[in-house]
Amino acid sequence: MQKLYSGNEAIARGAYESGVKLASAYPGTPSTEILETMVQYSEIISEWAPNEKVALDVAIGGAYAGVRSIAVMKHVGLNVAADAFFYVSMTGIEGGLVIVNADDPDMHSSQNEQDNRRYAKFARVPCLEPSDSQEAKDMVGAAFEISERFDTPVLLRITTRIAHSHTLIELGERPAEADDDTPLTYRIDRTKYVMVPGNARKRHPIIEERIKELSQFAEDFAYNLVEMGSAELGIVTNGITYQYAQEVFPRASFLRLGMTYPLPPALIRDFAAKVDRLVVIEELDPFLEEEIRLMGIPVEGKSIFPIVGELDAGVVRDCATQAGLHPPSPTASPPPIPPLPMRPPLLCPGCPHRGVFHITNKLKVVVNGDIGCYTLGFLPPLSALHTCGCMGASIGVAHGANKAGAKQKNVAVIGDSTFFHTGMPALLNTAYNKSDTVTIILDNRTTAMTGHQENPATGFTLSGKPTFEVDFEALSRALGIEHVSTVDAYDLEEVETALRAALDVDGPAVVIAKRACALLPVARKDWMPIEINPEQCNGCGLCFKIGCPAIVRSEEKDAKTDRFLAEIDPLLCTGCEICAQVCPRDAIYFRDEMEIK
Amino acid sequence: MKAINFLVVGVGGQGALLASNVLAEVGVRAGFDVKKAEVHGMSQRGGSVNSHVRWGEDVKSPTISQGEADVLFSLEKLESLRYVSMLRRGGVALVGEFKIPPLTVSSGADAYPTDNEIAHIFEQVTDDFHFIPTLTLAKEAGTSRAHNVVLLGALSSLVEDVPEEIWLEVIAERVPEKYVEVNQAAFQAGRLVS
Repeated sequence: MQKLYSGNEAIARGAYESGVKLASAYPGTPSTEILETMVQYSEIISEWAPNEKVALDVAIGGAYAGVRSIAVMKHVGLNVAADAFFYVSMTGIEGGLVIVNADDPDMHSSQNEQDNRRYAKFARVPCLEPSDSQEAKDMVGAAFEISERFDTPVLLRITTRIAHSHTLIELGERPAEADDDTPLTYRIDRTKYVMVPGNARKRHPIIEERIKELSQFAEDFAYNLVEMGSAELGIVTNGITYQYAQEVFPRASFLRLGMTYPLPPALIRDFAAKVDRLVVIEELDPFLEEEIRLMGIPVEGKSIFPIVGELDAGVVRDCATQAGLHPPSPTASPPPIPPLPMRPPLLCPGCPHRGVFHITNKLKVVVNGDIGCYTLGFLPPLSALHTCGCMGASIGVAHGANKAGAKQKNVAVIGDSTFFHTGMPALLNTAYNKSDTVTIILDNRTTAMTGHQENPATGFTLSGKPTFEVDFEALSRALGIEHVSTVDAYDLEEVETALRAALDVDGPAVVIAKRACALLPVARKDWMPIEINPEQCNGCGLCFKIGCPAIVRSEEKDAKTDRFLAEIDPLLCTGCEICAQVCPRDAIYFRDEMEIK
Repeated sequence: MKAINFLVVGVGGQGALLASNVLAEVGVRAGFDVKKAEVHGMSQRGGSVNSHVRWGEDVKSPTISQGEADVLFSLEKLESLRYVSMLRRGGVALVGEFKIPPLTVSSGADAYPTDNEIAHIFEQVTDDFHFIPTLTLAKEAGTSRAHNVVLLGALSSLVEDVPEEIWLEVIAERVPEKYVEVNQAAFQAGRLVS
């Protein structure tokens, strides 16, 4: 029976059915669920690595040792893992190696748009792109066959709409021979695997030759589909865009490329010769368009369709209509809507980051932020984050600003998982090169933004096995930081005292603001809504400034000030008491006062 | 059977994804090709969320384009307005009577649209617009949390091709065992409403 699988679940299933033995990843939207699904197959060793470069090195180790291995990351993760991606292209592998890479057109959960097909060409690695979940599953198997046949890593590129769309798939089985227990003998081949210049120079011509052979292979690759319809319009497309284009042009001719690097020149030339007008429909970069134009074939693409953002059938239709490729559709314009109140993602009620930002605002420091839930602290009313670039950037940026002589103090704010990802070398740098940077590690006991993944500070692995727990104080000291303190992120006085002391220190300092994410089961157990005393509240509005969704405006007004009183929504409040500490009139009950009351 | 595009919208944490998962699975069991698209991540609790569900003979795109949703299934009143341009002329809009004021409204900076304003805007697109007393009916059934299942019940009576048993079966599989009865009662309450 067919089952509905997301692209991510299908890839995990594909790995299982391909006999994969080892998988490593760092969580990142839209790729996170791949490893979360993979770990349910006990035959596969599935691990969270501290970052994508480590994840890829781990998978490379598995492939060098001779087993099928897979590394999974989002598009910007491959920036982090690029070094490994290039060397493994040079060395090739023993067992198959597939790198699953999820691009995020329109940046639903990312800091930049980038088209990672560029990496495939850059590193001479073949790139496969599925158009639905069935293909996502099946192409994992195709990717491993290519990897082993051509001695190359393979990039399996998906986009958000493949990763997070559910479509029907047929399940297959795992081959019995995949779980043969015979111990492996590690094959030593220094010329192939030690990339010193002398060896690397020998390898480079081999990988250039490999791409030529793959280009030949692509001519007959089963996932490069030719579907001839009307000769008036020939569409070259890939991935999810194939679905949009088919919906808009049911009668056109299609060349759907399942392998987008390297391309099959004869197949493309042949298809182009059969149609009157050749158009490429692809998201993000004009990657196929440029390659086809380099073959000397006249083609259109980005002159019609946008280079920015996501496509959908509507966008494809509208652009095609403007270019005269599609008849105008009778559309009625939507009714005018007044500007609606926005509903952006927010720091949740009870979020332990909220109080820290209240204090950094109070002390008027410049906050160099990082990637995680706490990035949302940039939103009003907190507006507490002043830079955010990529994973681990906060500490280096704060150090640089400090060295440049910025008048205000710079504070780096970074989450526990992000600190492990790329924050650690940056903290070492503040100690080594001695800046007055204060680093606040927001230790909320989980990787929260991507949906509560384990990390080296949680004491558990991806498969739920107990492991050691990083001690942030000891780690910071080992990296050379002398002034280290740990505070309860819910205790504003403690946070303020520790931050003031850290700012006064001559040299780098670390403050660890520790408190479990309010949505973790361990924290939920302690939820207890608190209340506002309407007799004491005069509607000053200070509690609204911490941006807690549980604090709402009451219908009641204060008789003297004529301002609306505040009220707490008991369904949302967790009882973190941050508002109670901020209130200048003691109008919000603390938990112990609630009990007496 | 006719192809149908459903757009499920609401506020993160309200149960929009459960509703769209049920809707997708019901379509599969009713013999349709089904695709479902949504976006995860970026702390969507408290944020605006949407999920596209498409039933058809051979569905291509997993997402619905502007003006092509046959049904707008909204668990929250303000959110229904945010997606009004997605609804086809003459399509069905089912809007749960659930009001979650965004932060800017609860702090007094913005105003929440009135029921009349909402109805007036929808009237320009369709006559088939309905507020459904999801919270009231869910509470009567036993838990306010089943408000999403009340709305599924209301929707089910409009999809005449699909037998009621399929809906009940899928709901029973998707909710925790001890809440099956309450949810099935909520479903029935919604089914009677429209």
